[in-house]
Amino acid sequence: MIGGLFIYNHKGEVLISRVYRDDIGRNAVDAFRVNVIHARQQVRSPVTNIARTSFFHVKRSNIWLAAVTKQNVNAAMVFEFLYKMCDVMTAYFGKISEENIKNNFVLIYELLDEILDFGYPQNSETGALKTFITQQGIKGQPQTKEEQSQITSQVTGQIGWRREGIKYRRNELFLDVLESVNLLMSPQGQVLSAHVSGRVVMKSYLSGMPECKFGMNDKIVIDKQGKGGTTDEPGKSELGGSGKQSIAIDDCTFHQCVRLSKFDSERSISFIPPDGEYELMRYRTTKDIILPFRVIPLVREVGRTKLEVKVVIKSNFKPSLLAQKIEVRIPTPLNTSGVQVICMKGKAKYKASENAIVWKIKRMAGMKESQISAEIELLPTNDKKKWARPPISMNFEVPFAPSGLKVRYLKVFESKLNYSDHDVIKWVRYIGRSGIYETRC
Amino acid sequence: MEWASQLCENRGLGSKMTDSKYFTTTKKGEIFELKAELNSDKKEKKKEAVKKVIASMTVGKDVSALFPDVVNCMQTDNLELKKLVYLYLMNYAKSQPDMAIMAVNTFVKDCEDPNPLIRALAVRTMGCIRVDKITEYLCEPLRKCLKDEDPYVRKTAAVCVAKLHDINAQLVEDQGFLDTLKDLISDSNPMVVANAVAALSEIAESHPNSNLLDLNPQTINKLLTALNECTEWGQIFILDCLANYMPRDDRESQSICERVTPRLSHANSAVVLSAVKVLMKFMEMLPKDLDYYGTLLKKLAPPLVTLLSAEPELQYVALRNINLIVQKRPEILKHEMKVFFVKYNDPIYVKLEKLDIMIRLASQANIAQVLAELKEYATEVDVDFVRKAVRAIGRCAIKVEQSAERCVSTLLDLIQTKVNYVVQEAIVVIKDIFRKYPNKYESVIATLCENLDSLDEPEARAAMIWIVGEYAERIDNADELLESFLEGFHDESTQVQLQLLTAIVKLFLKKPTETQELVQQVLSLATQDSDNPDLRDRGYIYWRLLSTDPVAAKEVVLAEKPLISEETDLIEPTLLEELICHIGTLASVYHKPPSAFVEGSRGVQHKRIPARAGSGESAESSDVGQSGPSEAPPAVIPSQGDLLGDLLNLDLAPPTATVPSVQPSMQMGAMDLLGGGLDSLMGDESDTLGGDIGGSPSMGAGLGVAPAAMPTALGIAPAVGGGLGDLFDLGGGVGMPTGSYVAPKTVWLPAMKAKGLEISGTFARRGGIIQMDLTLTNKAMSVMTDFAIQFNRNSFGLAPAGPLQVLTPLSPNQTIDVSLPLSTSGPVMKMEPLNNLQVAVKNNIDVFYFSCQYPLSLIFVEDGKMERQVFLATWKDIPNDNEAQFQIKDIHLNSDAASNKLQGSNIFTIAKRTVEGQDMLYQSVKLTNGIWVLAEMRIQTGNPNYTEMELSIKCRAPEVCQFVFLCYELVLKN
Repeated sequence: MIGGLFIYNHKGEVLISRVYRDDIGRNAVDAFRVNVIHARQQVRSPVTNIARTSFFHVKRSNIWLAAVTKQNVNAAMVFEFLYKMCDVMTAYFGKISEENIKNNFVLIYELLDEILDFGYPQNSETGALKTFITQQGIKGQPQTKEEQSQITSQVTGQIGWRREGIKYRRNELFLDVLESVNLLMSPQGQVLSAHVSGRVVMKSYLSGMPECKFGMNDKIVIDKQGKGGTTDEPGKSELGGSGKQSIAIDDCTFHQCVRLSKFDSERSISFIPPDGEYELMRYRTTKDIILPFRVIPLVREVGRTKLEVKVVIKSNFKPSLLAQKIEVRIPTPLNTSGVQVICMKGKAKYKASENAIVWKIKRMAGMKESQISAEIELLPTNDKKKWARPPISMNFEVPFAPSGLKVRYLKVFESKLNYSDHDVIKWVRYIGRSGIYETRC
Repeated sequence: MEWASQLCENRGLGSKMTDSKYFTTTKKGEIFELKAELNSDKKEKKKEAVKKVIASMTVGKDVSALFPDVVNCMQTDNLELKKLVYLYLMNYAKSQPDMAIMAVNTFVKDCEDPNPLIRALAVRTMGCIRVDKITEYLCEPLRKCLKDEDPYVRKTAAVCVAKLHDINAQLVEDQGFLDTLKDLISDSNPMVVANAVAALSEIAESHPNSNLLDLNPQTINKLLTALNECTEWGQIFILDCLANYMPRDDRESQSICERVTPRLSHANSAVVLSAVKVLMKFMEMLPKDLDYYGTLLKKLAPPLVTLLSAEPELQYVALRNINLIVQKRPEILKHEMKVFFVKYNDPIYVKLEKLDIMIRLASQANIAQVLAELKEYATEVDVDFVRKAVRAIGRCAIKVEQSAERCVSTLLDLIQTKVNYVVQEAIVVIKDIFRKYPNKYESVIATLCENLDSLDEPEARAAMIWIVGEYAERIDNADELLESFLEGFHDESTQVQLQLLTAIVKLFLKKPTETQELVQQVLSLATQDSDNPDLRDRGYIYWRLLSTDPVAAKEVVLAEKPLISEETDLIEPTLLEELICHIGTLASVYHKPPSAFVEGSRGVQHKRIPARAGSGESAESSDVGQSGPSEAPPAVIPSQGDLLGDLLNLDLAPPTATVPSVQPSMQMGAMDLLGGGLDSLMGDESDTLGGDIGGSPSMGAGLGVAPAAMPTALGIAPAVGGGLGDLFDLGGGVGMPTGSYVAPKTVWLPAMKAKGLEISGTFARRGGIIQMDLTLTNKAMSVMTDFAIQFNRNSFGLAPAGPLQVLTPLSPNQTIDVSLPLSTSGPVMKMEPLNNLQVAVKNNIDVFYFSCQYPLSLIFVEDGKMERQVFLATWKDIPNDNEAQFQIKDIHLNSDAASNKLQGSNIFTIAKRTVEGQDMLYQSVKLTNGIWVLAEMRIQTGNPNYTEMELSIKCRAPEVCQFVFLCYELVLKN
């Protein structure tokens, strides 16, 4: 198990050091600093073995978090824990920075004592932790016995992510379907790989212990219903039936509140949500993806000192929708001396420090096209190595889900309190963003 | 609707706390000041002072001098202050044990506190204080806390038992905490269960022989129930523990798999990987023709792909594991090539791992895509990555024959870029392509020669020299080229020197007239001016060869080289099996067994995959298998390293040149160590990895569905094994002796009992094939027909490999001899005695039952000769309790004769030592199910009349020893 956990600033000074196991000594702190943070060559693996001691590290801005062990630990668990630790710290005091860590070091030690016992991760849900560890120190002494046992039963309970007795005047929930669409296209326009990785983020402000059921246009579910012919399925009327009927989901993962065995057997997504914002599910699709933009590059080398670049982008969605924050990044060689750009729409600039022409368009409706052309002057070099021609990348945001995912319903049941599904105000929104959206040139 | 991000809410960004000031004090006399503040009457001031102390402690200052002052602050109602003091205590108690005692009272008191949070805190902290005197006081509070009404306290106490065990194992046992901990597995609270499982697993690791984690179907059921309810971390503990369980049969295995698969959808990657581990292990037990088996295979791919969208560090862990999974079961991800394509901004460690997997998945179906990608990568910036990409192109050429031509032309394109390291890497791989496809692509030699000057790395130089030497007859100026290298002979690395020596000798043999001077020069350089013994030896060998018998020299030096194998960098199968059992852990990241990087006793146990139902798994290992120790011995075969690399040094002469051709078969041999050796030959896709060089993953699947071909395959399989055995023996210079002893037939089924059918028989092992020789006699009055035979389940899975061949009806008083080939892939059940076999024979009259006993030597396999090193390690590794002593009297053999005789029955002598007039023989035996038996035999040599031998036998499954001894006796006396 984890033998110790250290946090360093960018200089390698220790900000937090907590040792859990006897086999980890103080010298481990220095070993990591010398061999990883101060290493002459950048380390090439997130796992480093120094003198039979293994170090796992992640970096957040310029802060290093390192977990140390001498045993054959579950490596995936250690990294998951380090990420979780970052989440917990962020939830308590915001950005992970040297200043914030120093300001909250007592709190961090308290957290580390609570969420890691003898190197075994314990309940690390902020919802639960905040009931008894606060920035003002441990909650005041005068707790009633009920309060105490409520805390402990929550920390150890089956629903460790939600406390009892939550009350809202207005029961409200927000669903965000956030997708990032990834593309790698050959210069000839052939899709080399494309996938959507999506997340359903939920913000719930619901009283009590609500039982929720989430439905989407999952192909497997729809097909099953089609066969079974069940008509009383909730929410069928809520879906307009526009666009694609159903989508094939390659794989999905769920927040720990979702009952996985139920999903496995019935493919239904039911859960008691944490309070506030959390990520309900992640999913991935690769079939029938709507690629919102097509990039058509044309690069011509004119002699040894000049390049001509022409890039056309085409939007490929309903004309009534608007894409936003469009940015096309056209890489230029290192020996570029000057660039002249002409574009039909938006603004384009050559950024020497980034070795790229950055073309920005604020808005663009569907089924449109736009073009940029550039002349790049090159300094003659005797560098034999050819320019690597990195791919042209693109950023954008569109108000639909490129995977075609649609939320069909989110039902809320709370039997003990007197509000019903109809009283809950629900909001759904779709945002499609570019992930790594690249076209080779 | 602007509510997208309210994350910063409630975070108290504007908090007034500015604890950072504690980090700044560096004045002299600080300790003194702190002391004063710690003893202040004001609570606030005290707390401030303790915070300063903790800050100093964090940055590594020694504040142990303040121990009594800090401990004085412990008696407080303020929980925050209390926690800080505890933190200090955990750090310094060990260095101040006497003063730490001062804290005991407070701890004991706190363990009685009405507030469960304080009770838990006290027991948690106490366990972290590694002072003997304190641990004594810990026992009573801990006992109470383990039975506390509050689950939070119980879950903390469960971990505390593990802490205490780490400090004083004996104490934990004496106090009976282990039993209490076991009881907690049935606790109503899932988190208590999870922590208890974690604690027990850890303790069990340091007690490999105890049956601590007594996993039985009932507890497994409890764990599976808790799995659905506990935190993500608890799920990991439980899954990791489940992975150590050995299901009793395929049905249980399937039901566990069914309950574990939902975990594949968990958001936590570690939960997913641990679930994958359980499934990969248990699916090994499922019959392959089962529908569920196919479903499970399909279910594994998507979650593995999803892991690649996690954060980069986790991607790295996932990729290292996928690398193992792809080697074990290539069919799972064979359609997922695209997801391993490298992204421009992947961290370098992710890129390199993806590349590795791409090569493994490359097949004829996707080679075009892969090549296009690799060509892109070869123009990237990172040198290591580019090199690996170039190397990968070469590997594709070797792996997929149809693509070789395109690969070569791609490589030529890359050479044209003139980027130094690209050129060098390309030349290294082209050499391998020449080895694989001789006389096909030599037209490119001219282009290669143009780049001779730019080669500055030894490997590339050596490769180029090899090419020049090998194709000297086609290169007009080969002598000039080689001569140019000769100038700086002594500055070259050994690799290049050796290669140059060989290349020039080759050149001389091909063009003797023009190159006499050159060869003289290189031979004298190598033999007279070098102080490298390898180089000198090789030089002398050539010299003598050339001077005594040029024809022989030609035969040796210009011998036809064996083809190189397609798959490289494969992990040796035994290790692979072990690593599969460690999916998700550091071992799977390092690709090393835990014993390679973990100190002490922890993790030294070797884990293994359970065998498929119906394979030659032995009864005893499935009996005690769960606890680990009696599992298959650690048959560590030193990893072969990069084959391509080896080849470079290797064109000396046939003796060494045979190595690569042995390689694939060696891996097949190694596969046998895993148990179910036959099984793996019958179409387990793992043999696509080791033995089968077909290479393309699709082939593995093809093989996997060939149960119809089984009976024939069975007959042949052992023969293959035998052949290999021979090969190894010859290598060792020991001739194959007479063969194994076959006992005379005895009557197994008297005619009285079988309505006139008499059966007598014996067992024999001939050339690796197990046979049951039967004589059937019809002593009845009527004709007998329709014979069939069946075995009951038995210890080593013996089963008929074909029908009983009695073709003609057996007339009255007729006798017929039948040989029935046996396999060891039948169902396994432990018999009493171990070598008992219950047989049913049917004919047109009735079914008859009888039982017989076979000599254990029947299942001694031909490749049972252990490496000396491995023998030594294994001998030490097996606990002394497992050693059995025997005496064999009246043997009139000297040690050589004895070992020769024993070898006929596949008892191999590894080493011989003579000590004080005694010959000590060290011997190894391997059973068909992969169990190794080691023996030490002492024979008096001085006195021919003294005919007693002493034998000590060690085996992880000690039940076997007695029967092995009987075999010794039988063989030596006959």
